[in-house]
Amino acid sequence: MDRGTMECAVDAQSLISISLMKIHNSRTQRGGIKLHKNLLVSYVLRNARQVYIKEKYAEIYRMQQYEEVMTVCNEIQELNPLDPEPEDAEEEDLEVAALSCCAPLQDGGGKEPETSFYRSCCMETPGSPCDPFAGNGSHCNKTTVLDLDTHVVTTVENRYLHQDCCCSAPQCAPVPDSPVRKRKGDFGCCASDLEEVSDFSASRKRVRREECTDPNYTDTSNISNLISIFGSGFSGLLSRQADLEQICSKQALASLGAWTRAIVAF
Amino acid sequence: MLAGSGGDMQWCFSQVKGAIDDDVAEADIISTVEFNHTGELLATGDKGGRVVIFQQEIENKNYPQLRSEYNVYSTFQSHEPEFDYLKSLEIEEKINKIRWLPQKNAAQFLLSTNDKTIKLWKISERDRRADGYNLKEEDGRYKDPNSITSLRVPVLIPMDLMVEASPRRVFANAHTYHINSVSVNSDHETYLSADDLRINLWNLEITDRSFNIVDIKPANMEELTEVITASEFHPNQCNTFVFSSSKGTIRLCDMRASALCDKHSKLFEEPENPSNRSFFSEIISSISDVKFSHNGQYMMTRDYLSVKIWDLKMENRPVETYQVHEYLRSKLCSLYENDCIFDKFECCWNGNDSVVMTGSYNNFFRMFDREHRRDVTLEASRENSKPLQVLKPRKVCTGGKRKKDEISVDSLDFNKKILHTAWHPLDNIIAVATTNNLYIFQDKLTG
Repeated sequence: MDRGTMECAVDAQSLISISLMKIHNSRTQRGGIKLHKNLLVSYVLRNARQVYIKEKYAEIYRMQQYEEVMTVCNEIQELNPLDPEPEDAEEEDLEVAALSCCAPLQDGGGKEPETSFYRSCCMETPGSPCDPFAGNGSHCNKTTVLDLDTHVVTTVENRYLHQDCCCSAPQCAPVPDSPVRKRKGDFGCCASDLEEVSDFSASRKRVRREECTDPNYTDTSNISNLISIFGSGFSGLLSRQADLEQICSKQALASLGAWTRAIVAF
Repeated sequence: MLAGSGGDMQWCFSQVKGAIDDDVAEADIISTVEFNHTGELLATGDKGGRVVIFQQEIENKNYPQLRSEYNVYSTFQSHEPEFDYLKSLEIEEKINKIRWLPQKNAAQFLLSTNDKTIKLWKISERDRRADGYNLKEEDGRYKDPNSITSLRVPVLIPMDLMVEASPRRVFANAHTYHINSVSVNSDHETYLSADDLRINLWNLEITDRSFNIVDIKPANMEELTEVITASEFHPNQCNTFVFSSSKGTIRLCDMRASALCDKHSKLFEEPENPSNRSFFSEIISSISDVKFSHNGQYMMTRDYLSVKIWDLKMENRPVETYQVHEYLRSKLCSLYENDCIFDKFECCWNGNDSVVMTGSYNNFFRMFDREHRRDVTLEASRENSKPLQVLKPRKVCTGGKRKKDEISVDSLDFNKKILHTAWHPLDNIIAVATTNNLYIFQDKLTG
């Protein structure tokens, strides 16, 4: 897509929300679900997802790079006996690193051209249509979630692992409670399974534990698998709602979680 | 009567049918428009399941130049809303397509379809009635047999013309998905009906069975990537038909090749221009209509932004491409949000295949003169509806300074869309449907 990446990022996220709403609304349209229209919407979802995931992946990659730098920095710092709490320092430094990555205004650092791009990914400016949170700049890792029940788009702070995320899947081992490694665990997990994770159909099957149909499903491209939505039964819908409330702490997975909800809503 | 497009053709307002209210009742939204094979009859279908047929009156004493006065000939309820109890689905009564059968006798026949059921209607005139029954009174009551003293032969006496529409065949239960097309074969015996995934072949006389000739439903619905969007029989080769897809391809099939025409004989596809790639590329390449030219050598397809003419002998690209409203390309995101990007515009040929026409927004419609490489944008509006008023060409300002009489893209009314148009097969008379009004225009006769 030949446009500024900033515009891409915003568009992708809002397009995902809009598309999910359309699919949701089509359930109640007179005359039954229109196969053609929903197929076309699924193509937009796929395109938006591809852009979104590409950005997330690039951000994850950048975060990893910063972590490596910070690890080295911390190691150097630890050599200084005057440093009070190495672990807290780690955390703070990481936050600073994260902030400098994501909010170039704060430290004056992070002048890389991509930072504004990431800022748009992870920290929407207030007034952005799809992310109406009040400019809280303290955390880099926010994710946007569409709540299909209340139709509210909210952001969720991303510092905690929740049980219903991809880390409950076999590939993601539970991670120790350390901020650095937690993130690494998150991103590492996500980055390594990006192939599988990017296939929302497979992740849907992971999250919906009762449906372990095809663990070897590796088709990564086709969100027109959305048609599988139509095949989804309504049973278990209500029970899944409660589980799904807890989903969406991870950036990449949060978006998939929203889709999962939409899918289950079918 | 078809004037060669020697000079600039000018179009005049002739008539407008429908309510004047701005408040449009949903049932009155016109969903299909079709001339019959002589152009004498013009049928419209609406969202309420009704069919209205207009008939051309040749002479109008007040306006002798007005050769296209159409008046209501027959109105009937073709389809009713239904409920599929098994799937808990309501079936809309909206008429998706009307197709006329060629006339064989005094009566007229047409096929009308909603999402699930096709019906064959017979429209017949009755201008005589029997009078002088022996056993019945005038009002139908039976006479007392003892009062009958003589026998007479009933005679037919003239009466006020009555036009009756009666359903002669109902072709039901053959489509799981929504029917988008019907097309009568040139053999006048069979017709096809197409839904999102399948095409069926029917005999007009037989309602309890049909042959499935195309099936693109994948074994696993999760692998679905395209649907059928339109289908039509070739105008004179009874073995040939085409169907278009949501991916922008057209397949031409020969029924002689095999019983199931999943494997096409020809595949018409134009490679996408990579510089135009966007989130909405798939949507705007989906074909909304396909129409053969009258001579059977070309076919025309309509996608969201353009009209393409294909030579049936050349599969790899169209021979002509006409931009309908290219200025919308930068607005696709908004058009996606308000659902306009899903509008299905139709297109049509004139009688000698020299001009094609299609609709747009703001009640604009476009004509492309293939011979003279000219195009024009006209508007169907109540403001330009004085009898024989010449339509002024309209222009959309795409950027920069807006000239006088131009309209800027942001001022376009996207609720006023012209999806359905039809061209008289033998004359320069066109029918253009706005949301709930039908406009009839004719060309200005020179001299």
